[in-house]
Amino acid sequence: MNALEAINLSKTYSATDGFFIKNKKNIRAVNDISFTLKENQTLGIVGESGCGKSTLARMLVGLLEPTSGTINLQDKNINQYQRQELGRVIQYVFQDPLSSLNPRKTIYQSLAAPLKYLHQHDHTQIKEKMLSIMSEVGLKEEFLDRYPHEFSGGQAQRIGIARALLADAKILILDEPVSALDVSIQSQVLNLLNDLKRKFHLSFIVISHDLAVVENISDEIAVMYFGDIVEHNSSQKIFQSPHHPYTELLVGSVPTLNKQFADIQTKHTELPDPANPPSGCSFYSRCNYRSDKCQNNKTPINSAQKTPFVSCFHPL
Amino acid sequence: MNRLLSAIPVVLGITIIVFLIISLIPGDPATAILGSYATPENVAKINKDLGLDKSLPERYLIWLGNIIQGDFGRSFSLNRPVIDEVMERFNATLILSGTAFILCSFLGILVGTISAARQYTLTDKFITFIVLIGISIPSFFLGMMMILTFAVRLKLFPVSGMYAIWGGGDLPDLINHLVMPSIALAIVATGVVARISRNAVLEILRQDYVRTARAKGVKERSILISHVLRVAIVTILPVLGLQAGFVLSGSVYIEIVFQWPGVGRMLVDAILKRDIILVQGGVVFVSICYVFFNIAVDVLQRVLDPRIR
Amino acid sequence: MIDFLKIVAKNRLAAFGGILLLIIITLSILAPILPLKEPNITNTADRFMVPFEGGHILGTDHLGRDLLSRLLWGTQLSLAVGFAAAFIAATFGSILGAIAGFYGQKTDNIIMRFIDMLMAFPYILLALAIVAALGPGLFNALIAVALVNIPFFARNIRGVTVTLANKEFIEAARLSGMSNFRILIVEIFPNLLPMIVIAMSTTVGWMILETAGLSFLGLGSQPPQADLGSMLGEARSALITNPHTSFVPGIMIFCIVMGINLFGDGVRDALDPRLKKGSLIRPLPQTIYEGGDTQPQPSTKLLSVQNLSTQFHVNQDIYQSSNDVSFEIQEGECLGLIGESGSGKSVTALSITSLVASPPGVIKKGSVNYKNQNLLALPYEELRSIRGNKISYIFQDPLTTLHPLHTIGDQLLEALQAHDSELSASESISKSKELLKSVQIPNPDNLWDVYPHQLSGGMRQRVCIAMALINDPELIIADEPTTALDVTVQAQILNILNSLRKERKLSILFISHDFGVISQLCDRVIVMYAGSIVEEGPVKNIMQQAAHPYTSELIKCVPQLGNKEHALYSIPGNPPSLNQLPEGCAFANRCKYKQDQCLKESVPVSSKDNRSYKCFYPVGGVA
Repeated sequence: MNALEAINLSKTYSATDGFFIKNKKNIRAVNDISFTLKENQTLGIVGESGCGKSTLARMLVGLLEPTSGTINLQDKNINQYQRQELGRVIQYVFQDPLSSLNPRKTIYQSLAAPLKYLHQHDHTQIKEKMLSIMSEVGLKEEFLDRYPHEFSGGQAQRIGIARALLADAKILILDEPVSALDVSIQSQVLNLLNDLKRKFHLSFIVISHDLAVVENISDEIAVMYFGDIVEHNSSQKIFQSPHHPYTELLVGSVPTLNKQFADIQTKHTELPDPANPPSGCSFYSRCNYRSDKCQNNKTPINSAQKTPFVSCFHPL
Repeated sequence: MNRLLSAIPVVLGITIIVFLIISLIPGDPATAILGSYATPENVAKINKDLGLDKSLPERYLIWLGNIIQGDFGRSFSLNRPVIDEVMERFNATLILSGTAFILCSFLGILVGTISAARQYTLTDKFITFIVLIGISIPSFFLGMMMILTFAVRLKLFPVSGMYAIWGGGDLPDLINHLVMPSIALAIVATGVVARISRNAVLEILRQDYVRTARAKGVKERSILISHVLRVAIVTILPVLGLQAGFVLSGSVYIEIVFQWPGVGRMLVDAILKRDIILVQGGVVFVSICYVFFNIAVDVLQRVLDPRIR
Repeated sequence: MIDFLKIVAKNRLAAFGGILLLIIITLSILAPILPLKEPNITNTADRFMVPFEGGHILGTDHLGRDLLSRLLWGTQLSLAVGFAAAFIAATFGSILGAIAGFYGQKTDNIIMRFIDMLMAFPYILLALAIVAALGPGLFNALIAVALVNIPFFARNIRGVTVTLANKEFIEAARLSGMSNFRILIVEIFPNLLPMIVIAMSTTVGWMILETAGLSFLGLGSQPPQADLGSMLGEARSALITNPHTSFVPGIMIFCIVMGINLFGDGVRDALDPRLKKGSLIRPLPQTIYEGGDTQPQPSTKLLSVQNLSTQFHVNQDIYQSSNDVSFEIQEGECLGLIGESGSGKSVTALSITSLVASPPGVIKKGSVNYKNQNLLALPYEELRSIRGNKISYIFQDPLTTLHPLHTIGDQLLEALQAHDSELSASESISKSKELLKSVQIPNPDNLWDVYPHQLSGGMRQRVCIAMALINDPELIIADEPTTALDVTVQAQILNILNSLRKERKLSILFISHDFGVISQLCDRVIVMYAGSIVEEGPVKNIMQQAAHPYTSELIKCVPQLGNKEHALYSIPGNPPSLNQLPEGCAFANRCKYKQDQCLKESVPVSSKDNRSYKCFYPVGGVA
């Protein structure tokens, strides 16, 4: 059984301006992407700002309606789930752990919500369940009566993870789970996630701009650029031998220890205009390997959900 | 242009609201509208004028059509067309509140900026104190105190009116009459503008780009003027638009206290005499002028702020 | 609640306002049981008595009624009407605003269009129209005042609600299975309440003024009943002959409104989260320096920071952001300064030219030796001639650090003209455009009249670099210049900095939290932890063999790309709070090698060759 399946998913935002004469613009955010998350696996999605990865994440948990395409959760269409039912299947861990907690509620109140509204537990069940999960994620019982501002970023992120676990969902979407944390704390949370995944048989989709984080935690990785998945491969291979020129550029750009400056081409740096997407490959203007074919022809999309996949006419 | 078009629904809304409020008067409309002028002939005339046999929407459309043609109806208490009376009075109101508005904008921004730039000094504390008194004192009470002090005791300015009865009518005479009411009217708004300016300037001073300007070695005075004040004015502009409404509103009290022959006094008299047609016309006319004023503010805002162009 | 009252009480003006208000309210409530004369009994024989005449403490009015009695009864009425109007306006306005802000889209559109209509009136005209329709009377005046104030609340509360509704905790609640209505009540409303209270406290005074105003015009309370406004209105005709009848109600209105305003300000200060953070304190042009006339030690280097301690004083707490920090920068050197959030690296960098926001920042002691003068003690004008001229900065987020309302060209010229007024306008422009080319902006002309928000992050940061270079500085301080950028853009910016550095032999102090970036760009590195320098030395040596346990652990934490088997490493625990630094080593509670000594004694700096560290038990055989 697949945990999650996205088929030809697209999202365009429409913006209007003018009062009487309306200029309707379609802003492209996610463009016809497909992938599968198998059970007990982690799929990493990397990309830079503006690539549509957050839009994608919010569609997967039903916070945002896709313009077209299908999402199946545990082989059932997302639209067939009630809100409560959906919350028991898939949960979301937010990027900014502090702003995902209501500043005027105690940790107990925040953590009790999924048990109360998704599972209709009574007070004693809530307390019992909560304490067992809290010890799993390394939180102390006395934290329950405190307010969010009393916690450090790492602790707050543990609270966010605990809330997702309390919903008892098997699929977790982790949106930049450690990017708000210092590097010495990051790994604490990443290791915790790996342990929990094994223990509770979870499936993760990890969304991040940090290649190293994604590589470390994922089984498979998809690289997004300007709303498209440009490459999809196993995490062992994708950054060691990139096939798409953009993946290569990303890997070359990451500053790592003991590495000298790579000579990076800097002729074009800007993303295309999302209101006016190019007709051919969206990476065309920045690509060092381009040909005339790339300018006007649509690059392949991964409808068949094969791995490895590369959306390029001239893969490396 | 688009901005001007966007005024249309607002103006329509204003007319609808006023029309509805007036139509909701309980009891027989004609008698209610005419009040003490409800002679049988008048009642018959107004019933015909308003087409009271017709439905509410129809009556509204007829009324609206008349307004578009510049016909605001006829005042029974004054026995002249509403528009003539309103135009005449509005002129006087405009002189009074325009002066007060300019006064409060300049003074308010100036005082607020000085206060912020010298935060926690004696100057700041003094200004804050004066501003506090300014926003706490009722303008009509202040006006009365000013009459008592400067007109009656010190005899510096005339007690009331817009022009002297004998030999007046020229500009110096007008200014002489204008000083006290415009100051009394401006005081409250000045206080509000000064407070908001002070806070805006303080908030802007903490922005990263001010630190950048300091890191560039730009002189403090130019930072204050070309970096801080520039942004402050953009933030304060909408507030000024609102303040114009407050000044216009406050002018009603001041016109009463100083016997200034403006729209406000006219409206209060009309209400007490229950001359509803005059109230209706006056309110709609002044409100529409205010809508266009706010559009002008909005356009200015767009000119000054490239981010919302 | 008690804490809240304490904060308000601490503000002396607010306390004064509160007490004034309390006295007035108490007196007006007690009016029925106080030994007062009947307020409405006329006695024309006693008219216009001055205060204390004939047993009338405040005198009598034009009908011979006792002014004190009328004053207290009138106050009661005015307060009741004002508060009622405020309460009604706040309730309806907040409900409308919250619904519009939370449900958004069509609901929002309809409600806000309606609110806009109401706001399109100068408020008194609407009030007059309502009174005209309903007829004069205090209750009708109350309705009118409440109605015209609804838009104020609706707009304010809508704004706050929209911000809240987009917060992640609302989405979290939604995913927890809560219904929209429940979210509005349970999650949003508690966060709105302080804002509603603030809005009320700032408008009650105004509403009392407005109702008094309508009564003053004769449209509010009708005789013989009198509120303060109508008392003043009746007294107006006798203003010149018997001014005391005007003074009495006028001064009372003034006192009430002032009391409310003072108290309201106190409430706002106590409740508004923005004010708590001190966002309304003016930062001085240079940081307060308490080091007196500290003479710096002579130094042959370009810049020498000596024993710098910078603190932040927030309420009762002292945050020790930079603690006895000393280092030197040589000419042509790129010195890295690395540390995690809260390590004091940015504060240290800003302290060099006294750019730390002050208050609350204070440079407690230390000196910065630049050309044998102490930068920290320089008079403002001399410091200004160095800032941006000899020492310039590149900051983290180029969107907030560039001025939003000035064009790129103007901002570059300003940097030039702040120090070099000899240059002609055309020379200045061509010099600026030349620099833009050197940061790899191919067509500077296209950029000249553009505003920062129209550029991408990478382009903006190039402009900032050009601006920092424009006066040929001797030192550039780059404070996390690539942190806000995407990784491919970061690589480009680092490339530009690196080649500029080689071409122009720049000295750079490069601040970062990323060991990868530092190791690519810098010659030497300083590692900061909890406000102190824990290690210093050539980048290569430190990468190979760190001496301080923190450095060595931190290097292990850096994930390595293309090496999936590399185990994830983390340091247990969290760094200490900067307002509660421990006595001994700040890292001790997270350190594997700690001994009793580390917890108790302050750690001295040990130096060996070109390296130094602050540890009793260094690792890696460095000692």
